[in-house]
Amino acid sequence: MAWREDWRRVRVIAWKDITTERRSKAGFNSVAALAVTILVLFGFALGPEAQALRDAAAGAVWLAALFAGVLAFNRSFQVELESGAIEPLLLYPGSRWTILAGKLLANALFVGLMLAIVVIVGVTLFQVTIPKAWPSLLGLFALGAVGLVVLGTFYAAMSSRTRAREVLLPLLLFPMLVPVLLAAISGSKALLTGDLMHEAGAWIRLLVAYDIVFVSATLLAFEHVIEA
Amino acid sequence: MNAESSLAVDAQRIARRFGARWCLRGVSLQVRPGEVVGLAGANGSGKTTFLRVLSTLLKPNAGAARVYGHDVTRAADDVRRHVGFLAHTAGLYDDLTALENLRFAAEMLGRSPEGLEASLDRVGLARVANDRVRGFSAGMQRRLALARLMLMHPRLLLLDEPYANLDAAGIDIMNAVITEVRNAGGAALLVLHELAPAAGMLDRVLTLVDGRIAAEGDGPAANAPTASAPTLASAAGAR
Repeated sequence: MAWREDWRRVRVIAWKDITTERRSKAGFNSVAALAVTILVLFGFALGPEAQALRDAAAGAVWLAALFAGVLAFNRSFQVELESGAIEPLLLYPGSRWTILAGKLLANALFVGLMLAIVVIVGVTLFQVTIPKAWPSLLGLFALGAVGLVVLGTFYAAMSSRTRAREVLLPLLLFPMLVPVLLAAISGSKALLTGDLMHEAGAWIRLLVAYDIVFVSATLLAFEHVIEA
Repeated sequence: MNAESSLAVDAQRIARRFGARWCLRGVSLQVRPGEVVGLAGANGSGKTTFLRVLSTLLKPNAGAARVYGHDVTRAADDVRRHVGFLAHTAGLYDDLTALENLRFAAEMLGRSPEGLEASLDRVGLARVANDRVRGFSAGMQRRLALARLMLMHPRLLLLDEPYANLDAAGIDIMNAVITEVRNAGGAALLVLHELAPAAGMLDRVLTLVDGRIAAEGDGPAANAPTASAPTLASAAGAR
């Protein structure tokens, strides 16, 4: 059955990316270190006032995840380009969207781990109290992470064959991520402050819609993007 | 056209440009099953680009090419099921072991991961099966790429400078693989800078100049019997 073949390819690509990343170590460590450094710098910039720190916590966490995530997305295709492995990968018969799907899976795990570290550091540094509605907050973080990973991985593929990919990726990615960042930051902020205006649901619905649209669109467009 | 063709390669007036520079200017070539064809020419003459078009890695700007009757543009996935392409670079994952690289390829191809150790043994890499590729020499990486290529059971070999970085035993293994594919009714197209390592293998040699086929001649040992070429077993024994 075709879907079983496709799913096997997705799994094996994700396994390969996770294994190479786990062994090289440098990638995850530098991404996590950058994210924590950005959070600390935000802390310095905002000053010692506890309320100001709490108000800015959601924005600081998501922006730290975004900036550090760009490094991770770039690396996911750099591994393929380093020794020309992208060509054999493109020459395996079968659906090419599975390449993106496998990388999405690996990057989701990678960014999920990074976000977990960033949230733990953010909660400590910005003196945030965990809200009662923490399962909703967890769901919102998962949806926001999916949005971040989908477009980040897709644009990393698009820019991977250009010489200025490190510069090009943020230029392409950041404007496209405005809706997901807006929804993730506003939704997180609402949930952290008790969601008095009942607005978190709307932001979560926006994230669901965004994720569905962009997961579908990127999987469909990937074949055209990756071809020379 | 999806019907299997009697030709392994049927390229008609293939043209390809990069920016304003035309790299291929109307290359036509037919390769029959059982044929091994050499493609010679100076650097930049378009040899590698031609192989990449046939492998489906590049789309031609003009002309058409078919591999066993499958159009390289419109039926690229069918073409990929027949083609084994060995590029300049080995295209391996440095942080995976030799065995893991093969297992990845086997899984991507939907083949059973059993017998991969034997594949490594055939190219003389059994003793480093569990070593990471990062520590391999260029020749060892080439051998591993060859083992990966053979997992595909290709009917058309597209080999870009196949003898680069290989020692004498490696050259014998490469020639044994080409012979094996030819004897199974497949074909091979080899981009070569030196014809000597392929002595006895080539049926024809074409020379590309500035993106066009400028000359065609018999291979240096076109009349040599196939049996004189090394078998994989004899090559493995020689390493």
